[in-house]
Amino acid sequence: MAFIKIKRPELSLSDKLYIPAIFKGLWLTFKHAVKSVRGKSIGSKDLASSGLGITMQYPEQKWDEHLPEYYRGVPALVTDEQDRERCVSCQLCEFICPPKAIKIIPGEIPSDDEWAKVEKRPKEFEIDMTRCIYCGMCEEVCPEQAIYLRQDYAVTGLTREEMVNDKKRLYEIGGKRVGLVNKWNELK
Amino acid sequence: MEITFLAISAIKIFVFTFVITLPMIAYSTYAERRVSAILQDRVGPNRVGIPLTLFGGKKDWKFFGLLQPLADGLKGLLKEDFTPAHVRKNYYWIAPALTAVPAFVTVCVIPFGSEITIFGETVKLVIADIGIGPLFIFAIASLSVYGITIAGWASNSKYPFLGGVRACAQMISYEIALGLSIVPVLMVFGMLNLSDIVNEQAINGWLIFPAWGEGLTNPDTGNFNLGRWLLVIPLLISFFIFTVSIFAETNRMPFDLPECETELVGGYHTEYSSMKFALFFMGEYAAMIVGSALIVTVFFGGWSLGFGLDAKWLMDEAGNWKAYAGLVHLGAFLTKVVAFIVFFVWVRWTVPRFRYDQLMKLGWVVFFELALVNIFLTAGIMWWLAR
Amino acid sequence: MSEATTEKLPKDVAAEDGMVNVQVDGNWIQVPKGTRMIEACKIAEKEVPHYCYHPKLSSPGNCRMCLVQMGMPPRPAPGEDPKFKDDGFQEIGWMPRPVIACANTVAENMGIRTTGELVESCRHGVMEFLLINHPLDCPICDQAGECSLQEFSVEHGRGNSRFVDNKVKKPKNVDIGPRIRLDDERCIMCSRCIRFMDEVADDPALGFTDRGTHTTLTVHPGHRLDSNYSLNTADICPVGALTSNDFRFQMRVWFLKETKSIDTNCGTGSNTVIWTRGSEIFRVTPRENNEVNSCWMPDSHRLNFHYVNSEARLNTPMIRNTSGTHEAATWADSIQKAAEVLRIHQPGEIAIIGSGKQTNEELFLLGKLAEALETDLLTLVPRMGESDGKLVAADRNANTTGATLLWDTEDPYAKLDAIREGVRSKKIKTLVVFYENLLEEAGFKEEDLANLNLLVSNHILPNGTAKNSHIVLPGAAFAEKRGSMVNITGRLQRLNKAIEPPAGAMDDWEIIRDLIAALDKKAAPLYLIEDVLKAIGAAVPAFEEQTFSKIGDQGIQITVTGQTIPLLDKEHQRIERGEIVG
Repeated sequence: MAFIKIKRPELSLSDKLYIPAIFKGLWLTFKHAVKSVRGKSIGSKDLASSGLGITMQYPEQKWDEHLPEYYRGVPALVTDEQDRERCVSCQLCEFICPPKAIKIIPGEIPSDDEWAKVEKRPKEFEIDMTRCIYCGMCEEVCPEQAIYLRQDYAVTGLTREEMVNDKKRLYEIGGKRVGLVNKWNELK
Repeated sequence: MEITFLAISAIKIFVFTFVITLPMIAYSTYAERRVSAILQDRVGPNRVGIPLTLFGGKKDWKFFGLLQPLADGLKGLLKEDFTPAHVRKNYYWIAPALTAVPAFVTVCVIPFGSEITIFGETVKLVIADIGIGPLFIFAIASLSVYGITIAGWASNSKYPFLGGVRACAQMISYEIALGLSIVPVLMVFGMLNLSDIVNEQAINGWLIFPAWGEGLTNPDTGNFNLGRWLLVIPLLISFFIFTVSIFAETNRMPFDLPECETELVGGYHTEYSSMKFALFFMGEYAAMIVGSALIVTVFFGGWSLGFGLDAKWLMDEAGNWKAYAGLVHLGAFLTKVVAFIVFFVWVRWTVPRFRYDQLMKLGWVVFFELALVNIFLTAGIMWWLAR
Repeated sequence: MSEATTEKLPKDVAAEDGMVNVQVDGNWIQVPKGTRMIEACKIAEKEVPHYCYHPKLSSPGNCRMCLVQMGMPPRPAPGEDPKFKDDGFQEIGWMPRPVIACANTVAENMGIRTTGELVESCRHGVMEFLLINHPLDCPICDQAGECSLQEFSVEHGRGNSRFVDNKVKKPKNVDIGPRIRLDDERCIMCSRCIRFMDEVADDPALGFTDRGTHTTLTVHPGHRLDSNYSLNTADICPVGALTSNDFRFQMRVWFLKETKSIDTNCGTGSNTVIWTRGSEIFRVTPRENNEVNSCWMPDSHRLNFHYVNSEARLNTPMIRNTSGTHEAATWADSIQKAAEVLRIHQPGEIAIIGSGKQTNEELFLLGKLAEALETDLLTLVPRMGESDGKLVAADRNANTTGATLLWDTEDPYAKLDAIREGVRSKKIKTLVVFYENLLEEAGFKEEDLANLNLLVSNHILPNGTAKNSHIVLPGAAFAEKRGSMVNITGRLQRLNKAIEPPAGAMDDWEIIRDLIAALDKKAAPLYLIEDVLKAIGAAVPAFEEQTFSKIGDQGIQITVTGQTIPLLDKEHQRIERGEIVG
């Protein structure tokens, strides 16, 4: 192993005294304070800040229009063009979910249903939003393009039960999504 | 003892501790957060006000979050007062009080103002006008180290223990520098009564800024007093050592190693919660306020307006203070103290924490020697001047 | 040549033990003569992917997945001696064409390659053909996770399809039997199910119709797949073509925890795997044990677990109050109360009825309880039925042999009639019942039970006996306890704990132990079920020095009863005839 000798920088007298550096620091923080009070902190415009510092005053101000396409908010189930539940309850999301927030009870589609060919759909589908960490793995793993992370981020509830999104609620949030792979048409 | 003296003392104790010092402690926590936020391009607590909307109002009154300390105090009282099973109960309970009480006791010798005259009674704006002011403060303030050390030990857990040991070593070390650095000041004044010291400064110029009175006119010759200005050099050194040592004594950044979060979780108060924790917090801020007050009193003319204005505006021909002079002086004193508190906060959010060995080295190798030499320097100058 | 005569060649060494030398992927191993190539590869720990081959069934060789490269020494010219290399083996001449490993037997000096360009490209091609018409419905298919087609497609498949035409449409979701559902699109025509129903279940209900890509698995007209062994076809189906109605869409297999245990529905004691998630049993499948159940299991036994998941499970001890209703009580109170009343009765007034479905440990402790109560009125409830000539034994009690050994009696059922008469004539005033509903097989009537001064009973579900009991002690089901049983052939086997009993219920052996401890303060303390087995070992010669780890997953023969399992007899005959590998 080769040894590399690193030469430490020579300290000048003022460096060693430490005091000039303290005053430099005080001057720097003072400049920031002045800018902050005048509402001219660096980046305050881009971040749509409240004026004091660069902090945005939530919930009066929101950043919704700045949210990127790929923003990972509340996970939800979607239906396709024909209002068919895309989820076939393969339970891969339940398996992959790191905090175990997803609970699925699979069920069979009755034979008189229009989509009886698909055979399977979730009987119950619950996502516990107190557990969800918005990692998006469920969306990534889904073989049926049935679960998506929406842009909603304000998830609130007064009880634990309220924080569990059941199947009905998940479809409400998710809504309809068009233009996905159409796997279950009559020819296939 | 006269009944009026007792009554007046009781009123002074009540006013100076509960009306002035306690709210100052509360609002210095608020100031700490607001100032630190502003220094760091943030906002700080700006919400807690009167929630009028709860009572059907249209808009909440926020007052820039000025009610935040009230909310904090309420929280401290309402939170579960949890005592871990593994602590030594008696010491654990007494430690917060031991930290907070000395800081409040020292308030009694701080002169908040000159004097006011009500109903013919002249009242000095100091609780106990004793002749050993600085010594009293050092004696009492050094007791607070017991609180911190006992807290660390009684918690019976490694991080608080380390914090307690650090606090003990640090406070004892810096007490030496603190004590030595004030000796030149006392040599210059030749007295220990803080009220008299301030009085002297009001007339003859602040200790490190004698721009009027004695500083400008030599009592012997009537000319510019070069000798007095020469003394400012050792007094500046004294001021510097004294201020830094106060930082260390009050465990403030950059010397807050006893509660250094990165190494010791919460330091000596790791195991404390709710009001017991709040007492530590209050003790720390009270010590900071007393420290600021002491610096102001000794070096910056205490309650005096300075620049000869006291004599010009607030004295009658006979050389006595006017009736309302005390109130003006109280305002001046508090303004100076607040300025120093802001300085404390400013330093905290600027300077990073020292390493523990650096801290000890600074105390023992630099300040101790410097303060000693400074005494001889002052003595030399005084001897040369008196010759 | 002089050296060759003094030193034996490997082929001669192997031949002495009836073995042959085979080279698998470059390593020489000895395998018994007549071994299939696929088994030789298994011995050499080389995996040969396969679908249609099953060691317990005949080998039609129709999936073509197990293709390997084979080589033999070149045939010497007339008059020429075989040439041996320094290591004693002949040079292998590799065949340019692959062979199926499942239907060919090994020969001396044979070479097998399970890897290499030829073999891999063959597997690649076979996989592609198999996947042409296979639907992409893994997300809904129950087999996903334990599907050979999935596994081999990952290992040997190409990842995408080159097939541009429409896939062949076949019947889906076909109701072919009460317990099995067929999806023809998923079928890869391995014919395992057909062969199983024909060769093992003796009910050839399945067959292929049509040809080529249109080949369709179907049930014979007028028949249904309703054999009591039909669910085994779902087990051996390598894909999701045959799935169990009971397990259909219940849970993905990758969530399930497998616990090896044994079946307690009859004396055969089929080896099983209990598949659970949380505290719920989802399915029970057979586990291979060539001394007990081969690879199979009757449907009636494997489906008899749903009561364990029942909402109605008893989950707290109960004491009947004076007004006749049951009140929840603590375990300590219940045991103490039972012991108090039991203590004041004369020995002749007390009887104990256990169950043939209890473990050795529980039965042994019941014997100890009888000793503590100084009564000899101890019996089991018989459950005799018809043997089906395969795996269902006539004795539907799982542990009759165990009871015979433990209580050292010819007939553990002998005293039941006497006890029943005793209760009827009010001679017996106290009855302790474990795991049995007396109103069923035991032949008691409700008015009989009303005669009793004290009825202590242990159940897992509410029933008539529990209703009439003065003290009810909730116990654990077969999947919730550890223990051992002896099957009809005399094989000691182990039950393992797959799930926890409901909160408030207790393991049966612990209940009996606590009862004994409450009656006899001087009883030796038993902390673990292992302690009980140790005590049995000390008391019963057949169990000497047995431990749970010694019993293992496959069990241990501790006695010979003379009874055999018909399905195994048949299997041995078929192995001897060379029809199957076994």
